[in-house]
Amino acid sequence: MKALRLLGIAAFAFGFAAAAQAQQGKTVKIGVVLPYSGANADLGHQIDKAFDLYVKLHASDIAPFQVELIKRDEGPPTGAQAKTVATELITNDKVPLLTGFVFSPSAIALAPVMTQAKVPMVIANAGTAWITDLSPYIVRLSFSMWHPAYPMGSYAYDKLNCKTAAVAYTDFPPGKDSVEAFETGFQKAGGKVILSIPMGSPVQVPDFTPFMQRVKDAHPDCLYGFIPSGAHAAGLMMAYGEVGLKRAGIRLIGPMDLIPDNKLQDMGDAAVGTVVMGHYAVDLDSAENKAFKEEWHKAYGPDSYPDFMSAAGWDTMHAIFDTIKKLNGDLSDGMKVVNAMKGWKTVGPRGPVEIDPETRDVIQNEHAMEVYRKPDGKLGERVLGTTENVKDECKVLKLGRCK
Amino acid sequence: MPQFATIAISVLFDGLAYAMFLFITSVGLSITMGLMGFVNLAHGAFAMAGGYIVVSLTRSLGIDIVPSLIISSVLIALVSIPFERGLYRRLYKATDLEQVLLTIGLAFMAIAAFTYFYGPIPKSVPLPPWLQGDVNLGFRAFPAYRAFVIALGVVLIAVLWYAFEKTNIGAKIRAAVDNRRMAESVGINVDRLFTLTFALGSGLAALGGGLAIQLFGLTPSFAVLYLVLFLIVVAVGGLGSLKGTLVAALVIGIIDTGGKYAYPQAGNFFIYMITVIVLLIRPAGFYGRE
Repeated sequence: MKALRLLGIAAFAFGFAAAAQAQQGKTVKIGVVLPYSGANADLGHQIDKAFDLYVKLHASDIAPFQVELIKRDEGPPTGAQAKTVATELITNDKVPLLTGFVFSPSAIALAPVMTQAKVPMVIANAGTAWITDLSPYIVRLSFSMWHPAYPMGSYAYDKLNCKTAAVAYTDFPPGKDSVEAFETGFQKAGGKVILSIPMGSPVQVPDFTPFMQRVKDAHPDCLYGFIPSGAHAAGLMMAYGEVGLKRAGIRLIGPMDLIPDNKLQDMGDAAVGTVVMGHYAVDLDSAENKAFKEEWHKAYGPDSYPDFMSAAGWDTMHAIFDTIKKLNGDLSDGMKVVNAMKGWKTVGPRGPVEIDPETRDVIQNEHAMEVYRKPDGKLGERVLGTTENVKDECKVLKLGRCK
Repeated sequence: MPQFATIAISVLFDGLAYAMFLFITSVGLSITMGLMGFVNLAHGAFAMAGGYIVVSLTRSLGIDIVPSLIISSVLIALVSIPFERGLYRRLYKATDLEQVLLTIGLAFMAIAAFTYFYGPIPKSVPLPPWLQGDVNLGFRAFPAYRAFVIALGVVLIAVLWYAFEKTNIGAKIRAAVDNRRMAESVGINVDRLFTLTFALGSGLAALGGGLAIQLFGLTPSFAVLYLVLFLIVVAVGGLGSLKGTLVAALVIGIIDTGGKYAYPQAGNFFIYMITVIVLLIRPAGFYGRE
């Protein structure tokens, strides 16, 4: 009798285990690599929150499958730690797909690994233009540095009355890339770049004052700035205001990294009048963005705002979910996954977004946006003009390292 | 191109503000290292903590930045005493490696704790009107906040110099830095002296951290990001020397600012170049004892 009961319990337990096994068979593991520590951790959090929110709200879309996000710390913007954790995710956790990646050096360091492992990397931020050329397994949902910077060149010359410009950038691949894109567009339009200043490494926030002083003394019409969107952005704006460039009539322009939405309110008067080119702003007027913002506030409170990274993160997870559905939960063939994503399109918080089948890079609208003081005293961004369906011009023109 | 003199003046001004920040934050580290030979890598964590207290006082309680800076320094000075009594004290006779492990561990714990409570997003503080905008000196306008940092630095230097050179306690500290065993044998309580200087140094670090918010922005990783700079100032100036720390902070602050202005392509090259040259010629730093 006792033996029978024991057997019963064993059978019961076994049944449970088997059921759990079956359940696990339907789970798709996704490796998420984002900076969760260090000076740039908030960048990681902005995307992480978007990922979690999408997974939470759209879990039923991919039934009977479910995703398990395995999150790892991308570390500092050097690529070394990202390479270690991503390799572990592939070999130990056997993830069929990696996403996240705030920093270009991480994606650049990992490109050969992805090719070798035949595992797709779906980039949610890292924006150096030629990253997608490094491996056929890389798909990008965020942007290339050229997306905002190249149209900014002609926009600044034609609409903002910038005849001369200084460029100042954080000295790492996306910084050089962004500046090159701006210079190409700006010179094509007829403008002249009179000063180019590298502003130190992305790891440490420098004292920006001497750089700004140099710009002030050179008297350009505009200053095109590129910094990693994080602690650097606050520092640059502080120095821009303090040194008095705005009063000297030097307008600050650049990609949206200059005014991360979650730091804009802290930037004060110096930021007013800054014009950025970008694919997203909290104030962007569309039904999709309104719904996105509502869900965001519901999940993270009224004081937390999504930014351009969150918007790209949201679309990234959307693309991954659609691919899971399309391939019936089987992501084991990396090339099949990449092919399934080619030509994928949606209308997300950013507006219409498409993955260019040729370059595996995103096609999206770019808006010129000016910072202004809203009637309620807060700072906001208003759209001055929109360029539609912008491709990565670096790859269109096949410039430099872009094929 | 503007006149060379105007450029030189603005570089000098910005460099001076930077140097004052370096001096205020590093001087405590220099004295404690000189006094006990103790390697305190958590020094930056005290600065970071001081900065966050200023953020809380100004943002949440609406206190003006100047009283906030004072309250924060005093608080951190007091808080540092139990750390010194409870933790540091046990490792005075231990090897450098053990000291480094303890203090860098403390720094990482502080980073994690402050990230938990304040989040990783850089903080800023509201400034009163008199610290915003410019101070016009006729030929050129200077940012008011930086002028304030310089003025504060000058006052602190004067006070510290007086305390070190003219008071009884200052004399005891100098004696203990010169020769600890001799100082102990003539009846100076070096232990208590150390607690005192440790608290003072931590309080000054907190002041530096508070001032840095408007210069660099404040994140929890401030605790280690700028630590290398503080250690360079201490090494170049010479352990335990007030004058050395001041000279090193000035040299590094001004040359780094000038280098960034004149030749930004060089990045941090100038800081390391000065460090290497000074340490080659004077291995113990400007005013250190060989």
